[in-house]
Amino acid sequence: MTRFKTPKLLITAAVVYGVIQALYSLGIINGYILHIINQSLIYVILAASLNLINGITGQFSLGHMGFAGIGAYVSGTLTTLIFKLNPSIPGSYLLFIVAILAGGLVAALVGFLIGFPSLRLKGDYLAIVTLGFGEIIRTVFNNIEYVGGPRGLLGIPKFSNFTVIFIVTFLSVAVIRNIIQSPHGRAMLSIRENELASELVGINTTRYKVLSFATGAFFAGIAGGLFAHLLQLAHPTQFGFSKSVEILIMIYAGGVGSLTGSIVAAFALTFLSEGLRLGIRALADATGLPIGGEWRMVIYALLLIFIMLFRNEGLMGTKESKVILIEEAD
Amino acid sequence: MMLSVKNLKVCYGKIEAIKDVSFDVPDGKIVTLIGANGAGKTTTLRALSGLEKCASGTVTLDGRNITNMEAHMLVPLGIAHVPEGRKIFPTLTVKENLELAGWTVKNKKEVKRRMEEVFSIFPRIKERASQLGGTLSGGEQQMLAVGRALVTGGKLLLLDEPSMGLAPVLVDEIFEQIVSINKKGTTILLVEQNAAEALAIADFAYVLEVGYTTLNGTAKEIEANPRVREAYLGV
Repeated sequence: MTRFKTPKLLITAAVVYGVIQALYSLGIINGYILHIINQSLIYVILAASLNLINGITGQFSLGHMGFAGIGAYVSGTLTTLIFKLNPSIPGSYLLFIVAILAGGLVAALVGFLIGFPSLRLKGDYLAIVTLGFGEIIRTVFNNIEYVGGPRGLLGIPKFSNFTVIFIVTFLSVAVIRNIIQSPHGRAMLSIRENELASELVGINTTRYKVLSFATGAFFAGIAGGLFAHLLQLAHPTQFGFSKSVEILIMIYAGGVGSLTGSIVAAFALTFLSEGLRLGIRALADATGLPIGGEWRMVIYALLLIFIMLFRNEGLMGTKESKVILIEEAD
Repeated sequence: MMLSVKNLKVCYGKIEAIKDVSFDVPDGKIVTLIGANGAGKTTTLRALSGLEKCASGTVTLDGRNITNMEAHMLVPLGIAHVPEGRKIFPTLTVKENLELAGWTVKNKKEVKRRMEEVFSIFPRIKERASQLGGTLSGGEQQMLAVGRALVTGGKLLLLDEPSMGLAPVLVDEIFEQIVSINKKGTTILLVEQNAAEALAIADFAYVLEVGYTTLNGTAKEIEANPRVREAYLGV
């Protein structure tokens, strides 16, 4: 794997963007496929940011979608209930960006508040705390009437289009990549490697664990905001434990510590999950077999088991982070 | 006096692991703490480097009170702890392991210079510079762990069981290297179960028993003490 320099990365991203946009305007990609691409891109942010916490820093977070929920509700409340924005007015995008950033910042703040006490301890406390947090945040959304309670927050303006999502995803991944390659990223990596040893070479491990966790929460909040403005809805069930596990699956399938792996897995698993739905329906129609959409999850699970059996370091392995470090060392 | 420990007490919950430990480590010397399993040797070192909180007592480094300072704050002050079981960074290369040890050192040229010095003390790990830490043998990992402590710029090296799990020939090699590091001016506090080897290279020794320092003297005196000979040297 070669290491992308930022300009090269920018050009690659621009080409990918151009190709997808061209295919869409030529009618080769329909709106449905584009919607799945949009979802995949948002999952890329979620997987990459969780990889910073779980893969690079080695802390096990089980409530990543809770932070996405905070981002979705905060930004959705701002654009829908407070600013009352309308996407057809050009200037409103500015306030949309403010709302998305606010969602990310509130998520980061909450991440700091729950991360600080639990990350000072060594061990699996974070997993327990984040598991609880994910459920608490869902219940909280369920019970605030102002944001719709169990109905969810409805009527969110549709600001998230392909261009917006692509740019935000690109920026998020670029920032996360730069963090990983910076000395700060190295400090985080050393905590995963051996927390005691990194404390003994003078690294403030609590500070870096909290920093990594809050940064991951920030980007999850951004992703949640994009989601809300894509689906035009923020609903408590979107941000529960099982959704957090989906993101976890992505980073383990893609390779712990590998950003490329997170990107590949986010796309592959989102498309797979949709593709299986269509494929199974087509198969049932063609053969008359009594199989339904629920078999999707069986096949999905089998594929994951095969990945873990035959490639337990994930699709892309953990190579990337090492290659980057060796090059940096020279 | 490089390090002075007075009436140190460390508790794990309600259990007192260290009850009353006092000792001094003079500049440029090798001091060893010997004792049986569970005597509190490792806990003492962990308390000195900030990994455990002291319930009472004082620790002074070069006249400065460092009791209960956080571990990462003690590194720039010169405490370099080589923990029990080595604790290297397994998926980083030897070179990266050493580079990370220079974390608190602002001047990166100085880090490079110290790395060269480490490579000259341990030529074995120089050969393995681009190999992953986890693929080294036990002895090489121990050398890397000591090397890392040297790169942090520690003036007081805390060594926890450097001979543990090593082949006898390697034990001799490690002890020779400890002596040569000491000759270059680094003060050493050595904790060992291998009392004979430790006493052979130390200037002063303390005997730790169930949380108390019970005997002290020059290494020669301790070595000659009939109780020590019976309990720790097996003669």
